[in-house]
Amino acid sequence: MSDGVESSVEVAPRPSGRAAPLRPHRRLSVVGVIGELLITAGALVLAFLGYQVWLGDVIVGGQLNGEAVEQAEVWGAGYSDVPPSEAGDPSQSGDPPVLAAPANAVRFANLIIPRFGGDYYRPIAEGVSTSSVLNKGNIGHYPTTQMPGALGNFALASHRSSGGGNFHDRHQLQVGDHIYVETPDGWYQYSFRNLEYVRPTGVGVLNPVPQATGVEATERYITLTTCNPFFSTAERIIAYGVYDAFFPRAGGVPAEIASNVTGAG
Amino acid sequence: MYGALWRTLPGPWWVRLLILLVAVAVILTALVYWVFPVVDQMVAPQDVTVNE
Repeated sequence: MSDGVESSVEVAPRPSGRAAPLRPHRRLSVVGVIGELLITAGALVLAFLGYQVWLGDVIVGGQLNGEAVEQAEVWGAGYSDVPPSEAGDPSQSGDPPVLAAPANAVRFANLIIPRFGGDYYRPIAEGVSTSSVLNKGNIGHYPTTQMPGALGNFALASHRSSGGGNFHDRHQLQVGDHIYVETPDGWYQYSFRNLEYVRPTGVGVLNPVPQATGVEATERYITLTTCNPFFSTAERIIAYGVYDAFFPRAGGVPAEIASNVTGAG
Repeated sequence: MYGALWRTLPGPWWVRLLILLVAVAVILTALVYWVFPVVDQMVAPQDVTVNE
């Protein structure tokens, strides 16, 4: 009697999770497969969200950092034994050099912002085309604005999230934070002054004197634009900085970013 | 579907588990490095500039 019960259980197993792997093949049910596919799709979407809000910018940001540091090493070849330079060095007085405007999509500078972390080192390329500049992880330079060192406005755009998230921490800038632009000649130091929120059409931020029409610039500004709020294009968040000093390469890297420049490689 | 996959895999349970973990790692790596970046550019906000 008991033998008969056991054999009938083996022929037609109950759908018990623990027993299933030991039993012969169960028939695939259409509903079961669809359900499992839907669960899989849900897991993939969750994985993508994790990528979008965190992992992607970590990976792409790391790659960009590496590329910018490599470029810096090329520019810095021959200057490696120059000690770091302190602010107020006499070589920093006078008018800074002005770089000639490069061709579209060519990388010509690096952006270094200590507030964004010791490994924040990102390439700047000419132009603000989404496909050829910004989506390749570059910070883009508005071609209609001035080059670093020239009187007027050096205006940049970059992604806030995705594509490396170059301007992810924009809202964390504090008044007086230094913003460095590194070129083959050396480092332009700017001090962050204020944030502004504008409509996507607020092109006044790109004027030689930001938001002033028809005024000739007597100072040097830096303007960073990106989207606001996160994952939205409803507004733009603008960060303004004013020029402080130029550190020629022969005089040594600014002490504040010496660890970014030498330690990141 | 996954039940059938589990029964198809050879070896004791820990070998099957190992095979599945490796497969999941390979799939996730491929997604993160090749698939997600492309999808990201299609769904993430692209407009970061000011213009008229």
